[in-house]
Amino acid sequence: MSISVERIWWRPLDREEKIWVTIALIWCLGTFFMMPVWHVIAKQNTPNESYKVSVDDFEKLVTAFNEKYKVGMDENSGLPIVRPPAGSDVYFAGTGIWQWSSILELEAGKEYRLHISSIKGGGVEAWQHGLSIVSSKFNANFMIIPGYDYVLKITPTEAGEYGVICNEFCGIGHHLMAGKIIVKG
Amino acid sequence: MAEQFRTCPTTGLKIHKPAETLIRVNAVAAVVCLLVGGLAALLILLTRWPAVHLLNEEWFYRLLTAHALDMLIAWIIFFEVAGLYFGATVLLNNRLPAPKVGWVAFILMIVGGALINYTVLVGEATVAFTSYVPLKASPTYYLGVILFAVGALTAVLHFFAALIVAKKEKTYEGSLPMVTFGLMCAGVIAVLTLLHGAAIYIPTFLWSLNGQWGIPNDFFPGIDPMIYRLVWWGLGHPSQQINVCAMVSMWYLIATLTTGAKPLNEKLCRTAFLLYVLFINVASEHHLLVDPALSIWHKIVNTSYVMHLAVLASMIHAFAVPAMVEVALRKKGFTKGLFEWLKKAPWGNPAFASMFISLMGFGFVGGITGVTFGTEQISIIRHNTWSITGHFHGTVVLGTTLAFMGITYYIVPLIFRRQIFSETMAKLSPYFFGGGVFIFANAMMFAGGYGVPRRHWDITFAGASIPFQFDPTVFFFIALTGLGGLLAIVGGALYVLNTVASVFIGKKIQ
Ligand code: HEM
Ligand SMILES: [Cu+2]
Ligand SMILES: [Cu+2]
Repeated sequence: MSISVERIWWRPLDREEKIWVTIALIWCLGTFFMMPVWHVIAKQNTPNESYKVSVDDFEKLVTAFNEKYKVGMDENSGLPIVRPPAGSDVYFAGTGIWQWSSILELEAGKEYRLHISSIKGGGVEAWQHGLSIVSSKFNANFMIIPGYDYVLKITPTEAGEYGVICNEFCGIGHHLMAGKIIVKG
Repeated sequence: MAEQFRTCPTTGLKIHKPAETLIRVNAVAAVVCLLVGGLAALLILLTRWPAVHLLNEEWFYRLLTAHALDMLIAWIIFFEVAGLYFGATVLLNNRLPAPKVGWVAFILMIVGGALINYTVLVGEATVAFTSYVPLKASPTYYLGVILFAVGALTAVLHFFAALIVAKKEKTYEGSLPMVTFGLMCAGVIAVLTLLHGAAIYIPTFLWSLNGQWGIPNDFFPGIDPMIYRLVWWGLGHPSQQINVCAMVSMWYLIATLTTGAKPLNEKLCRTAFLLYVLFINVASEHHLLVDPALSIWHKIVNTSYVMHLAVLASMIHAFAVPAMVEVALRKKGFTKGLFEWLKKAPWGNPAFASMFISLMGFGFVGGITGVTFGTEQISIIRHNTWSITGHFHGTVVLGTTLAFMGITYYIVPLIFRRQIFSETMAKLSPYFFGGGVFIFANAMMFAGGYGVPRRHWDITFAGASIPFQFDPTVFFFIALTGLGGLLAIVGGALYVLNTVASVFIGKKIQ
């Protein structure tokens, strides 16, 4: 058997094909235009503010922040409980020993500038982590990258306790990274 | 030269023997990798199921790394290399210009794959598939990846050389057959992708040498984690489009082989393939939507796939393949009503069943979720949750893997000259595998919607110093993932056993 394929490149489309391609194209253009449109009308977008910061500098910011606003201590984990004033800059990090840098207490309805990054915190390295804030009604996820300060403008809308877990593989202690954010009504 | 060819008695196709041997060894390597990756799948599946929680954390993360590499890299790429050689020789009446080069490529890939597996299994590369810096593996790991990639690149270039030879020696007339055309598009994307891979794995390899093998600690500077992510996904995302292109080519091939269907309008199908080449290589930033550093407008332009034109391509194929099957079956007389052809389609033919389930699953499970999770707002909810794992088991397992399994039922008789060992196993496998993946991919996606993370040893956080509990509903979806996963593993085991048995003890076709 010898194989031959006629030159069929320029055969016109049939009616069904034209209809389908048109529908598909319109649908694709629709989804395409909706991407910028959503960015304008949506209430919850991915944050667009970030800075380069050295791991050590961010660690200093976190330590200073924790000391300034500390209101208590979680006995089991040894983590400081920190209550920053509404509207303030909040520094929050995943550490090299697979912990979060604090337990935050925030006020519902108030905006905060949550700075997230990665620090050594007594460990050997500042890993990449995934910040995942979870409750039974809520779930939001952002990357924590060493060397970058990612600024999330957040306004907690509902009081309650939110879990903070790590969802980027960051080494052997990855699954130990549980923490919480307490939102007061 | 002539004695290097044989003619297949059933199809009349002329087959270049050295090419045939290379197709065989690559296909066998692929199935062996599927077996190893499948064993890893079973163990990690049973660990993520809190009711079983089989492995300890060390072995879980090791096998998680091994599973992804043996499946997504080794199984898929070995099979694709076999497919490329098939498309450039058997389908074109052609020869492989340099079989020795084919062997070099094969050996590089085998050595690379072995190095990767060894390093991961002894626990020196527990970095997960993405090896995000500063996580660091031992240098042999990155070296293994590089050797494998060089081998794969050699094979792809060899494929292009074979196309040129075919053209020069006029082994075929007219245009390139469409399946080969689709594979060629996959090859173009592969070359671009592998170059990207070099750009990230070579510096990372050099960095991993610091303090190893007598090399000074400051031999190579650290790699910025954000740049790593950007460049790594320049490899990680487009490499999936090689799979898409190869899978779609297999859909067309299987549709033709099982029902005698011909593409209705090749201009349309080929244009769709070209859209993949041109547009699918963007969109890599949908992995980075919730990362710092890149501006949101940059991300929006990138993730809209340049007007979603690559999505358009998939929609065209999703129309063209069922349409050609419908026309072919209607010609056979199944003309009653709208759907008699679908009812009377050769569902008992494992290749056809695989192809159709692959097509539906890729579109409805993998494709739709990919397009939605890849948008700015939804990414906030889904990023790095188990939904993502569910999504890509929809594309690369339900889609690509099942399509490759389907074509195996033709490769075994044609290239290995053996009959399929068990018709029953062949018949059941696509339904078990397809059904199982359908269940577990969807269940993973639901669990992820509640925030269940991917790559996680213990979502009950038993050892954590601050307790956290998920909504109890997630345990239902995780159990469903476990059951669906087991069903898929049974289907996959039927495929592997049957294929191995056919190749080694199947009845010989003279
Ligand atoms: C019966 C078939 C399979 C089952 C039951 C299965 C199951 C799983 C499970 C349980 C995970 C771990 C999820 C996690 O902890 O986040 C996983 C991850 C993964 N699987 Fe599969 N899988 C199967 C087949 C495949 C195939 C055929 C491929 C590729 C072609 C594949 C590619 C991957 C990849 C890339 C990951 C991600 C690993 C990571 O997050 O680093 N799987 N799979
Ligand atoms: Cu972490
Ligand atoms: Cu982690």
